[in-house]
Amino acid sequence: MSAPAPKIRIRGLHKSFKKNVVLDGLDLDVGVGESVVVIGGSGSGKSVLLKCILGLLRPESGSIEVDGQEVVGLAGRERDRVLRKFGMLFQSAALFDSLPVWENVAFGLIQGARKDRDQAKEIALDKMAAVGLGPEVGELSPAELSGGMRKRVGLARAIATAPEIIFFDEPTTGLDPIMGDVINDLIIKCVRELGATALSITHDMTSARKIADRIAMLYDGKIIWAGPVAEIDSSGNAYVEQFIHGRAEGPIEMQVRAI
Amino acid sequence: MPILQPIGRTFLRFLEATGHLSLFAATAVGHCVRPPIYPRLIGRQMIAIGYYSLPVVGLTAIFTGMVLALQSYTGFARFSAESAIPNVVVISITRELGPVLAGLMVAGRVGAAIAAEIGTMRVTEQIDALDTLATNPFKYLIAPRLIAGLTMMPILVLIADIIGVFGGYVVSIYKLGFNPYVYLKHTIDFVEVQDVVSGLVKAGVFGFLVTLMGCYHGYNSKGGAEGVGAATTNAVVSASILILCFNYFITEMFFAR
Repeated sequence: MSAPAPKIRIRGLHKSFKKNVVLDGLDLDVGVGESVVVIGGSGSGKSVLLKCILGLLRPESGSIEVDGQEVVGLAGRERDRVLRKFGMLFQSAALFDSLPVWENVAFGLIQGARKDRDQAKEIALDKMAAVGLGPEVGELSPAELSGGMRKRVGLARAIATAPEIIFFDEPTTGLDPIMGDVINDLIIKCVRELGATALSITHDMTSARKIADRIAMLYDGKIIWAGPVAEIDSSGNAYVEQFIHGRAEGPIEMQVRAI
Repeated sequence: MPILQPIGRTFLRFLEATGHLSLFAATAVGHCVRPPIYPRLIGRQMIAIGYYSLPVVGLTAIFTGMVLALQSYTGFARFSAESAIPNVVVISITRELGPVLAGLMVAGRVGAAIAAEIGTMRVTEQIDALDTLATNPFKYLIAPRLIAGLTMMPILVLIADIIGVFGGYVVSIYKLGFNPYVYLKHTIDFVEVQDVVSGLVKAGVFGFLVTLMGCYHGYNSKGGAEGVGAATTNAVVSASILILCFNYFITEMFFAR
């Protein structure tokens, strides 16, 4: 019996910014219902990978398939149709300043799914409750929220349309360890409840170990190791070992300029 | 020749920027006429661009009309042509000063605000978030602003025309001793439909240019606060220059013999 087709299949992805090669023939599969975390240093191209999948950046070459459909170069309604499968939690939460919190959460329901505002508000308040936010928060402006609350609102917005695939961009960056753990628990809960496929990027190993089924390490534009989370400590890969233990010495050389 | 290289490079960069702006404008106009249209957002922008610009445009217009009457009087008195003041005021305001000064004021107020808002949305990933929520940023952010600019500027300029002429009237009557009836009769008799229409056409074009430059520079801003600051400056400067250039071409179109 053949293996089930992956939800996301990436082959030979190349993306450069002028002379800076960021993704250099990257291959990655994310299975249906699987939670994959891509780890890697700052500037290794993790965010670029997500943006290429979402069509926010166009790769020079390579293939990205979602449910077997090629998404590179998609435009117009066909792209909108594919994007409706996705939810995304941005690193900075990227909440819309001009809208109150509940409208941020309901945005995809009102604009994308064309739901009535009252109905969308009801769903938004439900989703906010699911991430531990009361209805009184719904009337606040995003500027009035703390970092942890912004992440929760971002998470509620990501899950509001019940997407099939959810991306998490550095979900715990900038949070204290306790709030980081709260966000990790919420991510696990929301992804399980929706039965969604999750692709996260982070350099926070505590978060990666907690939310991942499988971890992939991105280095030098390629996935240099991928495997179940339980195997990462015995990967036998010097790059992975240096990264997960946070050592300055090792094959990964940080570009530090002398002052 | 080494001296030609920077000139050539600058020229190529200018052509690239012009092409980029033209494509941006064409895409934006396409989204203005294709559904879905967002009436709520267009209404909100109409209030922001039209209603909230009224005080600054009104003040500019009234003082311009007053100064124009005063300056014309001191100049025209040298050859006993004081009776032409109502004509000069109404023609200058409706054809030129109303649309150009309102355009420049709106460029400073609205163009800067649009560039700063959209620029901040760009650098804080809010535009990317719109995209991932299957909402086209051109339709949601840019088209409502362009439609509002195009429609509200002629209304603003029409009001500015009335206020500007009123400013000239006040100075002429209460300071220069004109007869109110004669002043109004000269104003109404002399002004032609084409004078007002040419000013309103200019206003529509300027409204489009101001909002386009605000959206373009904001949408393409890079980096953090510095990038947003640069986008805001570029939006105001480029809109102001384009207003003055297009003012000439539209005047040529209407009045060249």
